[in-house]
This record gives sequence, C-alpha cells and structure tokens, in this order.
Amino acid sequence: MMTGFVALYIFLIAAIAGYEIISRVPVILHTPLMSGSNFVHGIVLVGAMVAMAEARGPLEVTVGFIGVVMATSNVVGGYVSTERMLEMFKSKKENA
Amino acid sequence: MGHGSLNDVVQASYLVATFLLIIGLKRMSSPRTARSGMLWAGVGMLLAIAVTFAYLPGVYRLVGSLEDLGGWWPRLGLILAAILVGGVPAWWSGRRVPITEMPQMVAIYNGLGGGAAAAIGAVELYSGRAYLGSLAFPLIAVVGALVGAIGLGGSFVAFLKLQSWMGSPRVIGRNLINGILGIILLALTVVSVHPAWISPELLAVDSLIGIFLLVSLAFGILITLPIGGADMPVVISTYNACIGIAVGFEGFVLQNPAMIIAGTIVGASGTLLTVLMAKAMNRSFGNIWLSGFGDVRTTVAAGPQRTMKSLDARDAAASMAYMEDIIVVPGYGLAVAQAQHKLWELMQMLQKRGVRVRFAIHPVAGRMPGHMSVLMAEAGVPYDLIFDLDEINSDFANADLALVIGANDVVNPAARTDKSSPIYGMPILNADQARQVFVIKRGRGAGFSGVENELFFGPNTQMVFGDAQDVISKMIQALKEL
Repeated sequence: MMTGFVALYIFLIAAIAGYEIISRVPVILHTPLMSGSNFVHGIVLVGAMVAMAEARGPLEVTVGFIGVVMATSNVVGGYVSTERMLEMFKSKKENA
Repeated sequence: MGHGSLNDVVQASYLVATFLLIIGLKRMSSPRTARSGMLWAGVGMLLAIAVTFAYLPGVYRLVGSLEDLGGWWPRLGLILAAILVGGVPAWWSGRRVPITEMPQMVAIYNGLGGGAAAAIGAVELYSGRAYLGSLAFPLIAVVGALVGAIGLGGSFVAFLKLQSWMGSPRVIGRNLINGILGIILLALTVVSVHPAWISPELLAVDSLIGIFLLVSLAFGILITLPIGGADMPVVISTYNACIGIAVGFEGFVLQNPAMIIAGTIVGASGTLLTVLMAKAMNRSFGNIWLSGFGDVRTTVAAGPQRTMKSLDARDAAASMAYMEDIIVVPGYGLAVAQAQHKLWELMQMLQKRGVRVRFAIHPVAGRMPGHMSVLMAEAGVPYDLIFDLDEINSDFANADLALVIGANDVVNPAARTDKSSPIYGMPILNADQARQVFVIKRGRGAGFSGVENELFFGPNTQMVFGDAQDVISKMIQALKEL
C-alpha cells in the first residue's frame, strides 16, 4: 500500500512530465493533443471496473454501472476522435 | 483499507501501460510521429484495461464473498454490458460526427470521464471503504468526486453551446445564486469527508453523498452557463485538466498507480494548454471564468450609418488571378461550410498562375486551439504554407490581398484600438493592413463574441456574401473560364 508521501512524489513527477510533454507541441497539434489527453484520462475505466467489481448492494452496483458506462464512452470516444483528427495529417503527408 | 494490493503481474502490466501512455503522448507532439504515438497510447490503454478485466474476479472475491449478489458471473456480465452500453454509442458517434463538430464531442467524452471519476468516488464512499484509514482517503475521494461532477455538468453545457442548442442566458443575480450554492457545496464537501460530524438521523450517509454529487453537478452547470461560446476552448481545456486530476485522485483512493500517473499528466499538460490558450486571447484565466464574453454587449450601433461594399464571387476571382501575394485567413465559417478542400483547390489554381499563397492561422480561430490547422491539414495544405500569427503578421502590409473566409473576431481591429470592446487586447491577424481585403461571409451579423467588426466597413474591404462552399465553387468556375 502506498503511503501519502509516495503518492505525493508520484503526483509531483507526473505533473512535471505532463508539463514537459506539452511544452514542445506545435500549435498545429493542439486540438489532437487535447483530444489525445482526453483519451489518456480514459484510464478511469480501469478504476470504474474495479469499483464495480467491489460494489455491494443495488445502490453501489447501479452507480458502478453508470461509472463503467461513462468511462467506456470516455476511452472509446477519445480514441476514435483523436484517431480521426490524426488521419488528416496522414492523408496530407501522402499528398505532399 | 479494504483494497488488496495488486498482484505483481498487474503491477508490471500497469508499469508497461503507463510507459506506453507517456511515450504515446510524447510522440503526439510532432506531426510526423503523432499517429504512431496514438497507437502506442492505444496499446498501453488496451493492456491496462485487459489486465484489469482479467484481475476482476480476484477483486470481487476479496469483497464480494462477504455478501454475495448472485455470484461472479452475473457481475461480470453486468460489467461487460456496461462496457457495451458506453462503448458502442461512443464508437458510433465518434466515427459518424463531422470533423467540424469534433470540439463538442471532445467536450462530451471528457465530461463523461469526469462523471466516471465521480462514480468511483461515490462507490468508495457508499461502501465505507474510503472512510477506513486516515482522513486523507475520504478527503481525496470527495474532492475527486466533486471535481469530476463539476466537470461533467460544465462539459455538458459546453457541448450544448458548441452545438448551438443553447445560448448564454442571463440569470438575474447569478453571482448571488452561485455564491450561495458554492457555500452549500463547501459545507456538503466538508461533511462528506467526515459524516460523523452530522447526525445520521438527520441525513444518512448515502443521501448525503447523493445530494453532494447533485449539487456539484448543478454548480458545474451554473458556472459554465454565462460563459460565451467564443471562450469554450478555454472552458473545455480547463475541464480536461480538472478531470485528469479527478482521475488521479480516485486512482489514489483505489491505490492504482496507472490512474494516478495518467490522470496527473493530463492535469498538468491540460493546465499548460489552458494557459497557452488564454494567453493567445490575451485574457486572464479569471476574466474568462468570472465575466464571460456572453455577458458583455457593446453598443456600437450609435454613430454614422455605415455600409459594407459587396462584391460578386466571379469578380473577386478574376482580380485574385492577377495578384502576386495572397494571404488566406480561415475561420470557423469555413469549417461550418466544409469548404476547406474547395479552398485548397482554388489556391492551387492560383499558385499555377504564379500567385504566392500563404495561410495565416490564428491560434484561437474556430472552436478549439489549432482548429484551423487541423482543417487545413485535412484539406492537404502543406505545412510550409501555414503560418502562425507571429510569423506572418508583419507580412500583411506587403500583401496584395487578405482573403478572410468565415473569420471575424480574430481579424477585428477593435481588439487593438477600442478599449471598451470585450475583445480589446486580444492579438489579431492584421488583415486590415493588406492592400485589399476580401471577406467571404454568410451574413451581415456580428461575430461569435457579439462585437461589430470595423474591418468589414474599411475603405479597402469588399464583402463576398454567401456560404463559403458556394462562393469558392463560383470562384473556381470563374478561374476555369478565365
């Protein structure tokens, strides 16, 4: 089990990594990147599945079910929309 | 804590998945590696989801054995059903929606992620697991749920506004309402962290958490309601960052390192993106959130009656054929008309006649940062013809023509001169300094921000009224006949 301080270190380092990643992105990629990072926080599906497996009683199961539905929309929609935006760059490169 | 530690296989898989997600995002920062980056991230995500799914029976046995609800298989079926109910419509809508409507789709998928974070928090609080251990756990679970629910409500409003299903209604005394609701929400947050402070006869924990989440949702809707559509990119970006943090927080509650890292990275990169966007509009973050564009209505109407000079599309095309240097300023109207391919076709015809053609991209033109870059890329315009605001602004003075297509606020000179204008101070493209300006515009109305545009009345400006697709088609026809 993680102690509070280990979690704090992880938060800190992840925050710096996130900052570094985007500070080198050209404006042309801002929209796909926004969509891509939206996809990345779709990792919430992992937690939603665990929460639903742990759920006991109708209330928890219902809320867990809604959570998994929403998380799946996030991850699937995030992937499809980012992929579609990036597809444009491919077709462009082939034309050039 | 009721959580068993994840086993080594799961931990190792999360490590690999997190690495793939980070590398994927990093590779997305260059146009050449962006697509492969998305693939890396996709593989990482799939790995994390598959491993977690395989590990679920272990999770269930740990907790479910205490009070069995029909066994493991019905539960697994329910989880699979939830994945299908969420995944199929998202896949279908993501494939089907026109590329111009992507911003609002990003808003909605984003908001749903926030809702999922709130749901995780709710389950952990309902079950009482989040209340075991130190106060840090319920605090982080509650704050994560709070931020996630606000993000869900706010993103939903952003979706409705971008879809033009909702304007910016003026709510009388909204500051007072928001203030009171904010105080209630703060109280609910505190009590939710430590329900022992409130008598269970007064309010059961289950109802308390339910009310807390509903008020959070309502608060998210209310604070987003008055913000005008032009500021939606900043709003979506803010919620994207917030929801990343909410996911990271719920990851801490579940002791799940993949969620902590991925969520926090989105939180940090999203915050930076929001700052970059606000900077491009020369507006402070607080300004956007506290006094949206939608609130300010300038009364420019007084003053001399001015007229716009209109020009036929064919005549415009004929004069463009004999120019040397044209700078194109694309805007949201071009995206709405889906005329980007036609535009590039027209520009290629002009290039063959020896005209120098360049594209000037304002960072906040359209409904998302870089929206116009994506549109130009889709049409097949090479990168070396696409210029940022800083790169090209000094060249307008030497250009024969600034061809403004469906753009408005980003070329409004009032941003430079009129201190009373709500867009004052925003850097704009200096289209008005070109020798001539042609504006392709659907109607005579004001821009998205509701501000009149002096450029359209300028001495060297001529308006070509009509849908961008029709106008450009006519221009292409005219050039062929020339």
